Amino acid sequence: MLIFFFVICFLQLIGEAIVYMTEIPIPGPVIGMILLLVSLIIKKGVPESFNTAANGLLRYLALLFVPAGVGVTLHFHLISKEWFAISASVVFATLLTIVFSALLMKFMVKSDG
Amino acid sequence: MDKIFELWPYLSLTPLLGITLTLGCYIIADGLYKKCNQFAILNPVLISVILISTALWLTKTDYLVYFEGAKYIHFLLGPATVALAVPLYKNIHHVKAALIPIFLTVILGGVFAITSGVGIAALLGASQETILSLAPKSVTAPVAMGLSKIIGGTPSLTAVLVILSGIVGAVLGSFALNLVRIKDPKARGLAIGIASHGIGTAHKLSLNETAGAFAGLGMGLNALATAIILPMLYSLYQYFT
Repeated sequence: MLIFFFVICFLQLIGEAIVYMTEIPIPGPVIGMILLLVSLIIKKGVPESFNTAANGLLRYLALLFVPAGVGVTLHFHLISKEWFAISASVVFATLLTIVFSALLMKFMVKSDG
Repeated sequence: MDKIFELWPYLSLTPLLGITLTLGCYIIADGLYKKCNQFAILNPVLISVILISTALWLTKTDYLVYFEGAKYIHFLLGPATVALAVPLYKNIHHVKAALIPIFLTVILGGVFAITSGVGIAALLGASQETILSLAPKSVTAPVAMGLSKIIGGTPSLTAVLVILSGIVGAVLGSFALNLVRIKDPKARGLAIGIASHGIGTAHKLSLNETAGAFAGLGMGLNALATAIILPMLYSLYQYFT
């Protein structure tokens, strides 16, 4: 458990350091995630303690973005002014993306075999 | 007796207030969500945000005062994002089933998600701030917020848009897929994972294990793809304007 928390904090730290040094426009935590993924692939497995700790943390992933979400109150003016464009984009772009991706996948898997 | 009037200003200064309020509201929202059979519109994050915002508004508490405590919860987003590699790794063996179709679908689907979201908003006259905040809305919140900050959007607005996209995918996604007659659980799961990062879809997808695994795969791979592609698209856009 403790080792897992050390590892994820350490990998994020490395991620942030890489972002700072190279000015690559990718969030530090994403670099950390890539590093962890590569390590797991090399190691060919997830240690049981990692599995438990990751499940424990990710079970509450949704809770972790509540504080940032509340920040939306600071932009109430913007949202009430542009609600139509925002809702149309969220609804139609999401549904079109679902249909587009599914058709693409279906088409390629079919032509594969 | 005077002390009672000083109590609120005093408590506002401690981080405890923001932490307690966040945990309390989330527990209520999560309980409601489970009681209502995980009905997607009652997304616990959305309900928590509404409850907390109302509480702050009623008590005339500034967001920054609230965040003074809530930032300790917010901070954990970074390490949790790194931890997403674990479920992604566990689903990665599904990639072997159809390596090239999956990668192409994730990359093209990810680009389509960004351009369609940005395009529709721009056509309807949205402001630059809104458009940039909408761009990463298809990927899971912690990654989307980091990307929003990098390209000059508003991370908190992005967080809410991410959740709303998740709800749209959960409520209308299956309907849209039935409309175009796609039955393959791999294609269905992957598409929903790419477009709406699996928020609230977990419940429905649990009916089909393959669709659930592919939704997780779509979510994880698109988080990586978008994190790499979106900043590139943004520099391209800056270059031409």
